[in-house]
Amino acid sequence: MNWTKKDLLGITELSKDEITLILDTAESFKDISKREVKKVPTLRGKTVITLFYEPSTRTRVSFEIAAKRLSADTINVSSSTSSYVKGETLKDTAKNLESMQPDVIVIRHNMPGAPHMLSKIVNSSVINAGDGAHEHPTQALLDLFTMREKKGRLDGLKFVIIGDIAHSRVARSNIFALKHFDSEIVCCGPPTMIPPFIEDLGVKVEYDINRAVKNADVIMMLRIQKERGGVSYIPSINEYSTIYGLKQDQVKKAKKDVIIMHPGPMNRGVEITGEVADGPYSVILDQVENGVAVRMAVLFLLTGGEA
Amino acid sequence: MIEKPLQLLDRKALERTITRIAHEILERNKGSENLCLIGIRTRGVHLANRIRNKIKDIESIELPLGILDITMYRDDIFKLKLPAVKKTDIPFDVNNMTIVLLDDVMHTGRTTRAAIDALMDMGRPRKIQLAVLVDRGSRELPIHPDYAGIKYNATPEEDILVKLKEVDNKDEVVVVRV
Repeated sequence: MNWTKKDLLGITELSKDEITLILDTAESFKDISKREVKKVPTLRGKTVITLFYEPSTRTRVSFEIAAKRLSADTINVSSSTSSYVKGETLKDTAKNLESMQPDVIVIRHNMPGAPHMLSKIVNSSVINAGDGAHEHPTQALLDLFTMREKKGRLDGLKFVIIGDIAHSRVARSNIFALKHFDSEIVCCGPPTMIPPFIEDLGVKVEYDINRAVKNADVIMMLRIQKERGGVSYIPSINEYSTIYGLKQDQVKKAKKDVIIMHPGPMNRGVEITGEVADGPYSVILDQVENGVAVRMAVLFLLTGGEA
Repeated sequence: MIEKPLQLLDRKALERTITRIAHEILERNKGSENLCLIGIRTRGVHLANRIRNKIKDIESIELPLGILDITMYRDDIFKLKLPAVKKTDIPFDVNNMTIVLLDDVMHTGRTTRAAIDALMDMGRPRKIQLAVLVDRGSRELPIHPDYAGIKYNATPEEDILVKLKEVDNKDEVVVVRV
């Protein structure tokens, strides 16, 4: 399996072999974060810019740590502190950044397709760190890595994703990724938050959370995307929490060795109770830990080797 | 006409060479205290395993064995076509250990440089020694093996192939034209 891509824009453009290669490569990089010297010289001399037009804690820090552990230099640009507030277009910002010869630009933007546009105008590798409600490929990859680590496989699982599916790029990327494997995918949430025709992607839709979680191997909870108008799709947060929040009662209906995932940030007491989030089935912090390894693998594959 | 490859070691000679290296390691270190073996992927690992078995036969002691993948430390990583990164597995603390690094062929010394850097990032070993099956010369760095099975001054047109039955179904060392 040879890696040939310059950019990582979405899961849709990855083959099953490419996904597996990223996960396998990440295995080797995971050990580095457990050592006393958490650094290898692999990407010495490379420059990674993280360009974030939306708020982020986990993803931005994760990319930055991943790049630094590979000895790359990192520079963060946030929209609030950039010339964006002075009216510069994304295209101009990108061209200007490129003049400083970065090797990778990691971009998060509220407009779907922004990373794709960027990849056409710059020579640097572009990584999509979330574009609107479209895709968030590295999140799906770290989710798959965590599932594979905990379950030992990606086939034959019942994967249930619950919440604001319609506005979730995490849901979309995870569905696209898991479609390569022989697992059952169930989407659950209020009808207003389930996009029409989502069954065409080969997933099942279930509106009753108790039925959805039955015998589940993996339960992934999503938060309501308030920044994308999510709240207007439900009568009230309280009602949503009562009907679609994950509580111990639901966890008991799943398989005995179920894992509970959440891409973060969590709204405790809304889509997930504190008891479940901090409980023995939760792998939420493992996801964060694995995020660094997966992003190290992605940075390595995109910049390493001759295309 | 296909040229017959020149055989440097056959199965028996390879076995004898490994036996000799095992004895040399024990002799030089005056026993096996704080001694461990680390093989560089891929064939170095099998060689380390064989040396470990030999030392077990000689001294009835099982030395700790580690596996080192040096891909992340290579100096030519961006000149190669996507080298696969494999796992490093050193299940013991390298601090204050005498490490014998195992590799199949010693050439430029760059692999050894990468391996030493990788080990130094894991702790502070007391000593690092280098054992290779074949020293083919043409060093580019001031690094030399402590234990060398055989020496053969290969020309740039020659390549040394170490075949081990664990991966190649056969034990021999041959010289081929590239």
